[in-house]
Amino acid sequence: MSGHVISTKLYVTIWIALMCLTVITAAVAFVDLGPLNTVVALCIATFKALLVVLIFMHVKYTSEKLTKTVVISAIFFLFLLLGLSMADYTTRLLG
Amino acid sequence: MATAAVSTEQRENYLNAEYGIRSWLLTTDHKRIALLYLISITFFFFVGGFFALLIRLELLTPAGDLVLADTYNKLFTMHGQVMVFFFLIPSIPATLGNFLVPLMVGAKDLAFPRINLLSWYLYIAGGLLMLFCILTGGVDTGWTFYTPFSTGFSNTNVAEAGLAIFINGFSSILTGLNFVVTIHRMRAPGMTWSRLPLFLWSTYATSIIFLLGTPVIAITLLLVVLERTFNLGIFDPTRGGDPVLFQHLFWFYSHPAVYIMILPSMGVISEIVPCFSRKRVFGYKAVALSSIAIAVFGFLVWAHHMFVAGISLYAALVFSILSYLVALPSAIKVFNWTATMYKGSISFSTPMLYAFGFIGLFTVGGLTGLFLAALGIDVHVHDTYFVIAHFHYIMVGGALMGYLGGLHFWWPKITGRMYPEAWGRLSALIVFIGFNLTFFPQFILGYLGMPRRYWQYPPEFQVLNVFSTAGASVLAVGYILPMIYLLWSLRYGKPAGNNPWGAAGLEWTTQSPPTTFNFDETPEVTWEAYNYDQIPMPEEVTLER
Amino acid sequence: MSDSTAAVEHAEHNDPALLHHFATAQQQRDTASLGMWLFLATEVMFFGGMFCAYLVYRYWYYNEFAAGSRSISIWLGTINTVVLICSSLTVALGVKAAQLGKRKQLVSLLLATLVFGVAFLGIKGVEWYQKYEEHHVPGRSFDVSDIIRDYPQIHIDPSHSQLYFSLYFAMTGLHALHMIVGIGIFSFLTYYSWKGKYGPEYYTPIENGGLYWHFVDIVWIYLFPLLYLIDRKPLR
Repeated sequence: MSGHVISTKLYVTIWIALMCLTVITAAVAFVDLGPLNTVVALCIATFKALLVVLIFMHVKYTSEKLTKTVVISAIFFLFLLLGLSMADYTTRLLG
Repeated sequence: MATAAVSTEQRENYLNAEYGIRSWLLTTDHKRIALLYLISITFFFFVGGFFALLIRLELLTPAGDLVLADTYNKLFTMHGQVMVFFFLIPSIPATLGNFLVPLMVGAKDLAFPRINLLSWYLYIAGGLLMLFCILTGGVDTGWTFYTPFSTGFSNTNVAEAGLAIFINGFSSILTGLNFVVTIHRMRAPGMTWSRLPLFLWSTYATSIIFLLGTPVIAITLLLVVLERTFNLGIFDPTRGGDPVLFQHLFWFYSHPAVYIMILPSMGVISEIVPCFSRKRVFGYKAVALSSIAIAVFGFLVWAHHMFVAGISLYAALVFSILSYLVALPSAIKVFNWTATMYKGSISFSTPMLYAFGFIGLFTVGGLTGLFLAALGIDVHVHDTYFVIAHFHYIMVGGALMGYLGGLHFWWPKITGRMYPEAWGRLSALIVFIGFNLTFFPQFILGYLGMPRRYWQYPPEFQVLNVFSTAGASVLAVGYILPMIYLLWSLRYGKPAGNNPWGAAGLEWTTQSPPTTFNFDETPEVTWEAYNYDQIPMPEEVTLER
Repeated sequence: MSDSTAAVEHAEHNDPALLHHFATAQQQRDTASLGMWLFLATEVMFFGGMFCAYLVYRYWYYNEFAAGSRSISIWLGTINTVVLICSSLTVALGVKAAQLGKRKQLVSLLLATLVFGVAFLGIKGVEWYQKYEEHHVPGRSFDVSDIIRDYPQIHIDPSHSQLYFSLYFAMTGLHALHMIVGIGIFSFLTYYSWKGKYGPEYYTPIENGGLYWHFVDIVWIYLFPLLYLIDRKPLR
């Protein structure tokens, strides 16, 4: 995890990307895409989060597999909570 | 292996290295912190036990004649909250875990010693707030805090209790964090994952649950506190809130919490059984991976507590099937312990008696859990004494017996003294008899329809209730006896050598009690776990025949 | 124990930053890092509970959630997102400065991070005050008749609107609380950096503090679309 020094140029590039994505996500919200609005917004958010996690938090450059395991586990368990709960709510009126 | 000629008091160890209250309250030594926890959780065990006593006294007669109905609600609530959050959940991890994890991996301390001390202070803060709660009127919502009663109608100290458990939750989280990091980063040279004692695999699995589950109940209780304080309406059905949402969030943690309570106990059994069978564990890999499987699968089943709460039928079906899945790794462990004993050289020491008790009673508890996982049966026995019997078989017949077994097994290491074996065995027997007398009738009562959390009941249930209360008094004797003789042993017990049981594990290579930094030199492990074919039986083991 | 291991351990223990229970500085670094990542995993689940509540009620009361979302300022939300992203940049560059031993640069970047953090909280305060003025704060004076008037074409139940605003305040409030803690931590880091405590051999607190800050940023990256961008389509 420690030791690898990333170029300032890369940091700034990612920063610019994050800014652009922010503007895009706000702008796209005004366009009528129906149910796709939410999908697009969350996809952009996820892409931004990935940029922060992989580059700013150095996860792309770490040799530690454990770090990646921890990150993926946290997301997995979050989806478990959200997914199985929604499995109840979305099927209630079916019978 | 001869006992050291120098008595344990004369050699420097973690107990006599420093004196004075500051050296205890500001310690970062994991072994001292373990003892601080041991004293505190024993205190809360008796607080919770006091409420149990009152419950069983009330239930001696069908009429509600000992306390008022509202008071009875407080009794079972406080019994549950104190026992679950302030006794069972911390019990083995915070006492035996804190003491043994560094020793078992061959480290000088846990990864974060100061955070370990913080964990204890958080536990005490939560505990004091809970005591305040109890002394100023208690809580009457049931340990499960179901909304909207807890958020909108109860006039008792719900917010304080919620906060107490919230604070205590962070104690758990930090303990779990410490254990996971220690096991990953602080293993001595040669201590590979496949050489770890199974107690550590169980502790690791438990810690995963601490880390990933506890935050959810933390936020849930926080929402309850916010709703009570600011009248938010998140769980208020009259304003569009969903009480079942509370249950989803509550049980997402509280189901894995029961695995927090049983996994460490299973880890203890995995240490005791090979030692007193003088044999390697049968199927080390299976037991190790089962621990992880229990932790992971345990997160998939929470809504089996909510089958009749109003969830969708399809969700109920899914959760029912998943609940059968989670029984598999537990069963694998029971088979492996039994197979370990097969053709072993069994000795009936006190720890082994508790282990036998655990295996039998946990199996009963586990199987009755499968009955409850079946939707058709659950509809009839949900919220009856059948459920109460089921979880007490696991938590008391299982987890608590494992805790007592472990306490006895490692007592010589922790204190440098042997406890009196005859009294140990007698108490184990009394606990076993008292336990079954208390809780087996409750299976029948539940099956016959006696609801839980009721302070009066139809007269035809009285005989079984009387058996149950009688059993509880026997059980109480079984718990008080070890308090007495273990304390007695601190002064008068036979001094123990490094390894009175001839057990495998790095902790048994150090002196009893260990020095503050555990090992004079960092150990280098070149042997497999449970190498009982290489360890001789100790000559002076004091198991009376 | 082999002589080489003993020699390494003994030599390392002359390092003042090395705690006694670690064999090497690398072990200490790896331990601290794993500890912080695990803590962040617990934070994911902590916020996750509220995201679950949000998901359920948005699913049930989409109209009220959409209307509520329109009533909060997309400009302030976007600006705040930009502010946090800038702060993440300064944090990342700060870690690099520490790695390269550039003390003055490190202190400047940490100070810039603090400025961005405080700015975020200030803007959030403005937003909350706006809600207070509009009577959108759940409680006795909660009143969404203005929202109902703005959307005559959809049915809006005031109590369901209140759920949106309860979650809005709870989620942004919890996030703000984490920002405050972050600012506290970074204040200490700035002070110690100025004192020269961190450099290429030891910058673990900067790195791990940075991880925490980035995490809080990521929570906001999700809060922004979920709270502010539910439905901004032009109304027919």
